[in-house]
Amino acid sequence: MAVTFSTAAARAGGSSLNRPLAAWLAVGWAAMLLLPWYMLDDGLFSFVWLADGYAGDRDYAPALFQVLWHERYWLAPLGLFLALPLMAVGRTDHARGTGMLLIAAGAGGLAWLLLQGFGIDHRGVSLALLEPLVPEGGRQYGMGWGASLVALAFLFLITQGLAARGLARGDVFVAGSIGLVVALVAAFIFFPVLTILSSALRDNEGALAPFLFLDKLLDGRIWGTACLTGGGRCGSAWNSLILAVLTGLSTTLLGLAFALVVTRTGFRAKRMLRTLTVLPIITPPFVIGLAIILLFGRSGAVTQFVADLLGLDAGRWVYGLPGILFAQTLAFTPIAFLVLIGVVEGVSPSMEEAAQTLRADPWTTFTTVSLPLMRPGLANAFLLGFIESLADFGNPLVLGGSYDVLATDIFFAIVGAQYDQGRAAVLAIVLLSFTLMAFWAQQRWLGRRSYATVSGKGDSGLPLQLPPALRRLCYLVVIPWATLTAVIYLMILFGGFVEFWGRDHTLTLRHYIHAFSVVEGEHGLVWSGAAWNSFWTTLQIAAISAVPTAVIGLLTAWLLVRQSFGFKRAFEFGTMLSFAIPGTIIGVSYILAFNVPPLELTGTGIILVISFVFRNMPVGVRAGIATMSQLDRSLDEASLTLRANSFTTVRKVILPLLRPAILAALVYSFVRAMTAISAVVFLVSANYEMATTYILGRVENGDYGLAIAYCSVLILVMLASIGLMQWVVGQRRLGRRAPSVTSAAEQTS
Amino acid sequence: MSGPASVRFEGVTKRFGEVVAVDSISFEVEPGNLVTLLGPSGCGKTTTLRMIAGLELASAGRIVIGGRDVTALPVTARDVAMVFQSYALFPHMTVAENVAYGLTVSRVPKAEVRARAERALELVGLAGYGARLPSELSGGQQQRVAVARAVVLEPDVLLFDEPLSNLDAKLRRRVREEIRELQQKLGITTVYVTHDQEEALAVSDRIIVMNQAVIAQEGTPRQLYEEPASRFVADFIGDANLVEARIRAVENGHAQVEAGGLGLQLPARGSAAGPALLAIRPRSIRLHAEPREHAVRVRVDKATYLGGHMEYEVEAPLGPLFVVDLAVDRPLPAGSDAWMTLAPRGVTLVPA
Repeated sequence: MAVTFSTAAARAGGSSLNRPLAAWLAVGWAAMLLLPWYMLDDGLFSFVWLADGYAGDRDYAPALFQVLWHERYWLAPLGLFLALPLMAVGRTDHARGTGMLLIAAGAGGLAWLLLQGFGIDHRGVSLALLEPLVPEGGRQYGMGWGASLVALAFLFLITQGLAARGLARGDVFVAGSIGLVVALVAAFIFFPVLTILSSALRDNEGALAPFLFLDKLLDGRIWGTACLTGGGRCGSAWNSLILAVLTGLSTTLLGLAFALVVTRTGFRAKRMLRTLTVLPIITPPFVIGLAIILLFGRSGAVTQFVADLLGLDAGRWVYGLPGILFAQTLAFTPIAFLVLIGVVEGVSPSMEEAAQTLRADPWTTFTTVSLPLMRPGLANAFLLGFIESLADFGNPLVLGGSYDVLATDIFFAIVGAQYDQGRAAVLAIVLLSFTLMAFWAQQRWLGRRSYATVSGKGDSGLPLQLPPALRRLCYLVVIPWATLTAVIYLMILFGGFVEFWGRDHTLTLRHYIHAFSVVEGEHGLVWSGAAWNSFWTTLQIAAISAVPTAVIGLLTAWLLVRQSFGFKRAFEFGTMLSFAIPGTIIGVSYILAFNVPPLELTGTGIILVISFVFRNMPVGVRAGIATMSQLDRSLDEASLTLRANSFTTVRKVILPLLRPAILAALVYSFVRAMTAISAVVFLVSANYEMATTYILGRVENGDYGLAIAYCSVLILVMLASIGLMQWVVGQRRLGRRAPSVTSAAEQTS
Repeated sequence: MSGPASVRFEGVTKRFGEVVAVDSISFEVEPGNLVTLLGPSGCGKTTTLRMIAGLELASAGRIVIGGRDVTALPVTARDVAMVFQSYALFPHMTVAENVAYGLTVSRVPKAEVRARAERALELVGLAGYGARLPSELSGGQQQRVAVARAVVLEPDVLLFDEPLSNLDAKLRRRVREEIRELQQKLGITTVYVTHDQEEALAVSDRIIVMNQAVIAQEGTPRQLYEEPASRFVADFIGDANLVEARIRAVENGHAQVEAGGLGLQLPARGSAAGPALLAIRPRSIRLHAEPREHAVRVRVDKATYLGGHMEYEVEAPLGPLFVVDLAVDRPLPAGSDAWMTLAPRGVTLVPA
């Protein structure tokens, strides 16, 4: 039957409505008739089902045979909805009427798919409405290839119908892209978060229990204030909040000092300072915490030295708030630095020159003009530090001592001895509301004033040099801090090569051999090292997830920068939301949402990939927005007026120009996936152990040498991939210049 | 208020590394005058302006403002105010705060600050706009705020860096008249940078034409237009047809000139007999449909109707010429022959 549709499509020829429509209908029908409807236990890319029963097997059969032979009658209406649009194929008249038909068919099909998916699961039917359709003992599992593709086909039916009715100026590709991004964000960000909210209201058996919720929400372990009145501990919410505010402040101030030194002084080693900005990207979790323990812990090198010098008893001061704050400041200052470099450079020099011609001395200029103009950047840097601190899981775990924070509490509520899913959900809600409140406060603080200083034709002014007193202060802050950072990273590399850092500094390769040894076996090389398994899994999953991250991120960026549609602001908010959601929450919400049908993903590699894609998507979006804003919009329009459709325009014009951004998005999502821990820790399974969770295990066992050796290897891999990317991007720029030279040469000859 | 001051440059040079942006220039701006620095981009005019402001310090030479040597003084210590090309209005301050900024940081009492800022806004016709943000104003209004912010300080010297370049063509004409009016009303010594010769002719008491880091010519607008000192100035100020000519003889300061069959008597302007360069303004060429005495025959290559006037490109014995003719009622068709004479004004010998 699918063949018929493609010939129909061929007849319809260039009609913009009909070719994609026929294609997606063909996909939908093929998925209904040919592909296994349910999720397979053997993995997505296994083809066991072809040989093992196929349509005759209850688990492997496509939807049609599920209905005919396996009594899953509730799938039948889907065929009806998929048959409805057949009337529209080949019709070019009444575009609006056809649009309604497509919307009705797509929306109806999708609604039914969701209804039966949530109404009938592995335990049987739970929705009274569906009971007549379900025979005794009828149940079903998670969506597989067939169900997913049919869902996609329904989605694109809706978007094509909407396009026919004028969405996105009737552009089928744009409408489809919007629909796809909205659906993915809904399925993998909003749905899990809503699941958390609803599961917070239930007890662990799934019954509604609002009082239990209140009980858990007002728990003293979250909100206790015993530490203020002396004795006892404060609740983890207060701890998290205090820590986040302090980290936000310290990273913002340090970041500002770094940015000012790099952009507004004659400091010599600027390039070296700039390399600091790469650090947070390539630093695996725990590693800074470990280094701090090994330097400042009870038996740490510095602690011992100072204790001997002053004759004091070496204390455990580093565990708790000071240690976490210290580690987080080390880890997140480069992020603030990166944000603030751009902001400081963005302050138009002519503003400062204007202030000076108006009799303001350098100090007054700095405080009344430069600093206020940096306000949005400072707010952003603070917000980033605040959110990173709230979401940070590795440092509190290693250095927390008895200082409980929300992120670790959530972890222990899920994996700890007293498994309490409701408590995890409640903690997640508290954490989420903190981040959202921070966003809100930032918006309030920035208010209605405009901070855009670049307008019209630019002036070629000189940026103001820092007033001498401020410059000295910045040097005083920056130089020791940069040195400390360098020392810490050197110690990390060194720590992998000694027996037991802090106690026995005999040089050894023991840790590396244990983790990464390769021996010659009977059948060639054997990867016998303990770390290889998680290492390869990490590389594989990070590489797989990089592709969809870049694709979805850049597609979203293109929609945001280049297209206009009614709900663009809401769309933008939705796509950036996952950035505001701490990883721990993503982790918890994913296991709550995806361990039951219709999307049954826990324990698979896919759930890791998906969590990386939606955690890192904002990075791709922002990389894309940054690059695309620099490309003249008339390039697209020129292509469109030359009879290319949007899809062709994206492929032939935008993508080639975006190649550096694509590469950057690919590499950064790869690297971020390698260092992710907060969400991953909930999602790993025996089959899919990731490097970071393996390291976590070693840290918990006190096997610091191995953990540090592994971290060093990860750092090197990430450095290599970033270096390779920068080399390739650099090559491309050279390549682009070359043709213009030759064409000039041709003209002169 | 210290009254209008003079500005004097004495052999001022500015180097950026190897590049000489301004090469040993000297000039003087009379108190209360508006002097324009005019020239193509990269000629050093903006650098000269920034040296007056103190935003750049001179590499060599002396800068004197109102009798005070300011060569080594920083911006803040000089009594100048500047209107920037991008206006450089502080986006985080209201219009009133912007205008009051200079007074506030100079620790002028608050009540006086408010009164003077209000007066300055009134002066530029923006009374009542004080509470707005710059982003809520149109381009022309922003420009006026920038002017108000500069004049409120009653500076010795007021500087304008291409103040009209971010405005559209119609607005430009109006704003430049407002600037000129305001400057004359306040009598502030003003230095104005532009690359637009028409703008320069319209607003200036005197014009300093700069080219390649040096002064090409200095004078009143009329002097520059009628007596260009070089090929560059003749070409840059107004359109000119530059044609090769021959001076037969010079007598009592008058030269007998021959160019493509036309004989002319022109002020010699220091030229001696021999080959010479003649600048002919497009409006000084008269075209006639019929032959007449002392006329040379030309061929009309192109005729363009522009409403108020006709533009012709003609092929004459002197070479190709560009002609502006106000006689729109009797246009000469392209391809026809015509006879050309020269008006007495608008033709001048250009010193080599």
